[in-house]
Amino acid sequence: MTTLPQIDQDQEVRTSQEEHHEDFRMFGLATFLIADGMTFAGFFAAYLTYKAVNPLLPDAVYELELPLPTLNTILLLVSSATFHKAGTALKIDDSKNCRKWLLITALLGLAFLISQMVEYFTLPFGLTDNLYASTFYALTGFHGLHVTLGALMISIIWWQTRSPGGRVNSHNQFPLEATELYWHFVDGIWVILFIILYLL
Amino acid sequence: MSPAIITTILGLLLVIFGIWVGDNANLLPIDASTNATIYDQLFSVLLSIGTILFFGMLGLVLYSLIRFRRKPGQEGDGSAIEDNLPLEIFWTIVPTVVILFVGLYSYDIYDRMGGMQQLDLSGHNHQGQETMVEEERIWGGIGSGSVEDKSKSSLESIPIDVTAMQFAFLFHYPEGDFISGELHVPVGKPISMRMESKDVIHAFWVPEFRIKQDIIPGQPTILSFTAQKEGKYPIICAELCGPYHGGMRSNVIVEDTSSYTDWLLKNAKNTIT
Amino acid sequence: MTISLDNSKEGETKSLQPKGWLRYFSFSLDHKVIGLQYLVCGFIFYLIGGLLASAIRIELTSPLSDFLPRDVYNQVLTLHGTIMIFLWIVPVVNGAFGNYLIPFYVGARDMAFPRLNAVAFWLIPPSGLLLISSYFITGAAQSGWTAYPPLSITTPAAGQMIWILSVLLLGGSSIFGGINFIATILKLRRPGLKLMQLPMYCWAMLGTSILIVLSTPVLAGTLVLLSFDIVAHTGFFNPSLGGNVVVYQHLFWFYSHPAVYIMVLPAFGLVSEILPVHCRKPLFGYTTMVYSIMAIVVLGFVVWAHHMFTSGTPPWMRLFFTIATSFIAVPTGIKFFNWVATLWGGRISLNSAVLFSCGFIVNFVLGGITGVALAQVPFDVHVHDTYFVVAHFHYIVYGGSVFVIFSSIYHWYPKVTGRMLNEDLGRFHFALTFIGFNLCFAPQHWLGLNGMPRRVAEYDPQFTFVNQLSSVGALIMAISILPFLWNIIQSTFRGPVSGNNPWNALTPEWLTSSPPPIENWIGPPPLVKEPYGYGRNNKDSNEITTDT
Ligand code: HEA
Ligand code: HEA
Ligand code: CUA
Ligand SMILES: [Cu+2]
Repeated sequence: MTTLPQIDQDQEVRTSQEEHHEDFRMFGLATFLIADGMTFAGFFAAYLTYKAVNPLLPDAVYELELPLPTLNTILLLVSSATFHKAGTALKIDDSKNCRKWLLITALLGLAFLISQMVEYFTLPFGLTDNLYASTFYALTGFHGLHVTLGALMISIIWWQTRSPGGRVNSHNQFPLEATELYWHFVDGIWVILFIILYLL
Repeated sequence: MSPAIITTILGLLLVIFGIWVGDNANLLPIDASTNATIYDQLFSVLLSIGTILFFGMLGLVLYSLIRFRRKPGQEGDGSAIEDNLPLEIFWTIVPTVVILFVGLYSYDIYDRMGGMQQLDLSGHNHQGQETMVEEERIWGGIGSGSVEDKSKSSLESIPIDVTAMQFAFLFHYPEGDFISGELHVPVGKPISMRMESKDVIHAFWVPEFRIKQDIIPGQPTILSFTAQKEGKYPIICAELCGPYHGGMRSNVIVEDTSSYTDWLLKNAKNTIT
Repeated sequence: MTISLDNSKEGETKSLQPKGWLRYFSFSLDHKVIGLQYLVCGFIFYLIGGLLASAIRIELTSPLSDFLPRDVYNQVLTLHGTIMIFLWIVPVVNGAFGNYLIPFYVGARDMAFPRLNAVAFWLIPPSGLLLISSYFITGAAQSGWTAYPPLSITTPAAGQMIWILSVLLLGGSSIFGGINFIATILKLRRPGLKLMQLPMYCWAMLGTSILIVLSTPVLAGTLVLLSFDIVAHTGFFNPSLGGNVVVYQHLFWFYSHPAVYIMVLPAFGLVSEILPVHCRKPLFGYTTMVYSIMAIVVLGFVVWAHHMFTSGTPPWMRLFFTIATSFIAVPTGIKFFNWVATLWGGRISLNSAVLFSCGFIVNFVLGGITGVALAQVPFDVHVHDTYFVVAHFHYIVYGGSVFVIFSSIYHWYPKVTGRMLNEDLGRFHFALTFIGFNLCFAPQHWLGLNGMPRRVAEYDPQFTFVNQLSSVGALIMAISILPFLWNIIQSTFRGPVSGNNPWNALTPEWLTSSPPPIENWIGPPPLVKEPYGYGRNNKDSNEITTDT
């Protein structure tokens, strides 16, 4: 049996590992997004089950219009593309273009949120009016929360990519990449949501 | 004697012991419904298998612990066997076979209890107002009458409407249109109950009948059974429904047809001929 | 031996951590400290949960509701279930042992995300305190740990909302932990270490973490909907507003059935570590063990409705869930037979760790067999929501997971403290626990079969004697904590020094000093290709290289 030297227990902890493995931070984020996706999956499952087994009460109103949500879908899809542009620009340290695309993405996100609000206020039903209405608001609201969070994160990154002094650049792409992955995820969820809620 | 023979003998003894336990252990209350008799057959099979498996494993563990314990002064490691494909296959297949057997057998039991039957609402047609939509949403419990009874007497099944609320059961007899806090049923006649809840989830359970069905608000459920032994048995609410859940009990009185009719006539509001 | 730490650059150091024992109360990033924080915190909650269980058992010594008011009884049993599951078993079998052991097993110096790790732990004490405080402030939730609506919507809202909030926080903690374990096991492995060379506990934790990551969010979503029903008066689960109560049950069990494997798979892993060491034999059937864990994970997702056989589910659904559930016995059985084969032909030291592990095997087999019986629809309709079910799951969660936790404490105590526990006290603890446990829960099978429903404070007087028997068992269990606590306390100060590797074990955590240094190894992490290479003629064939 080799006896290993006893070392001082109160030596200071090194936590260097975290800083040197970008890749598994992305991995961790992806795992988290899978988890997050399961929350949505639960909501979708509930909505579909309600649709299948719980007929609307006789006098309940539940109607959705297509134009706004279609616009919303386009907004989000475009924003995914613009975010991607920002990512590519960052790789070559093109801070100016990167920030431009980030700004556009954030504005698209904002436009989405505004248009979602407009939809909320024009819908003929409220949160507690009936079962489908509640589920509709829960789902879109939860998704909207994700968009809000994403828009906030984009704004922070926009600030961090400013050319001299910003912390996010081609040497430290993680914050941007992480937010990008998150944003694509939120988009993907929207597409599923759009199909299930509006088209089915 | 070679170890193989000893093992075989011990295995056989274990199986015999298991079957004996399954046949003789008296762990259930009396079987007061046709359902219960079928249930008890399943129970004794499960008990036999469980006994064999449990005591088999217990024996193996105890034997290994005693036989292979480290004796004083013993040094060194055990033998480095770490794999044995035939053995692994063996103990994958045995549980699979047992599970398949249990599954098929319990399917058979389930079917005999009437679990697979199309829900029979004939007894409730008197209510008329039931729309198609509503009927689709009625869910049935097990024991919707056993097959044997169904064929000969399904038309005569006695409908009873059950309402559950915090913390009581109400039994409405359409035949005579009255409400009773106790359930009276004639022996040998199929009963079909339609159950609704006024507030939270309750459950209708009669241990002596071996049937249980949740009573779900917003979701009528049905349950059928045929009592086969006269007596007074408890009806127990088996789903947590509030502080007095434990006190939410009633009785079912199984009596011969004539006492049942007497009781019915005595209580009937608008005595029909 | 070189004293350089390969994958950590000098410079970045964290000096905020207090020295000595104070660091156990700090936001430490050291996985070993966090592991112990989980363990001690969990154990305190176990004592509280056990105190509540004692209250339940005292109430049930007489058929009348005389010791606790009826609504308090419901609060007590809700708190008992919630605390035992979310604050004791789940954090301890995952958080405590996972944090302590996984970095050693993958040859790392810490978890993949140390900060997330600390956050995950520090979510637990406040949410636990929140949960318990609800009892004193407004009255705790009283709809059972399952919180079925509409009962949970109609009982006092404050307690139920606090319950939801703390379960959400605990769920979050559990998800963070799960993400961390997956990343650590898959991404932080020492170069040269293959997946199929990992100790079994890593596989168990990988499987568990997958279950956590995929199922816990569903519970979170469901509880959010439930809280809307309570505070915003939506009608998701409120039938008087057109909602559907059975949907809640599906969503809840979609999490809570996998949750039972979250409570037991890590325990399986721990037993797989403990037995080979004390039997001096390789773990039997490593490969099949790995596959059976994964099979359990997959099957675990498709059996949830076996908790709902009386909820009015359609016949085909009941049949499907009966069959899927029964099949879990096959991979689980493989694991049990493999453990017995590991015992077979060994040189078993009958110490406390082995006794508790073998106690686990015996208890779990009984609980598993009653589980397979419960999976049969026609059988379940009689015993659902009775003490038969209570007996089933205590045989598994207590006779299974808790026994394994004790076994693991006996096994790893020298690792953590560098001191030995007193074996006689340990065996005495085992004997008391085993007797008390069986006396407490075995009679409950009979109670359930004969007509005693669960979650009741008052019952038919014919059950008085058997209930008293069960309560005596609970009393013995409560007493059995004393020799254990005494053993731990006095050994921490006066136990004989154990040396680095008192069991002569080969798994990586023993190949460093006991207690281990801050970054686990002074030199580079060893490459352990055969963590179970006992009994090889030449011990050195177990290649322990320290070069990268
Ligand atoms: C750690 C926790 C844990 C574990 C691992 C299990 C494991 C199993 N459970 Fe259990 N269960 C619970 C915790 C757990 N359970 C809890 C808490 C509840 C109640 C929840 C509530 O309502 O509050 C519950 C309730 C519960 C029910 C619902 C009962 C009811 O409410 O009506 C059912 C029904 O199918 C069930 C089945 C099973 C099965 C089949 C297994 C299987 O995984 C067991 C498999 C193991 C074995 C079978 C033993 C080893 C195998 C062999 C030796 C091979 C040979 C064996 C055979 C061929 C049979 N459990
Ligand atoms: C998950 C783990 C777990 C564990 C370990 C336990 C452990 C125990 N459980 Fe529990 N139990 C559950 C999970 C668990 N339980 C769940 C999920 C439910 C369902 C709840 C529901 O229906 O919603 C339940 C329900 C339940 C019931 C049914 C209640 C009812 O339906 O009415 C009973 C009754 O006997 C019971 C008893 C016990 C006992 C005696 C122990 C014992 O093993 C406990 C032993 C420990 C001690 C006795 C500790 C002793 C220490 C002290 C007394 C000192 C305390 C000191 C300080 C705090 C400083 N439990
Ligand atoms: Cu009604 Cu319990
Ligand atoms: Cu389950």
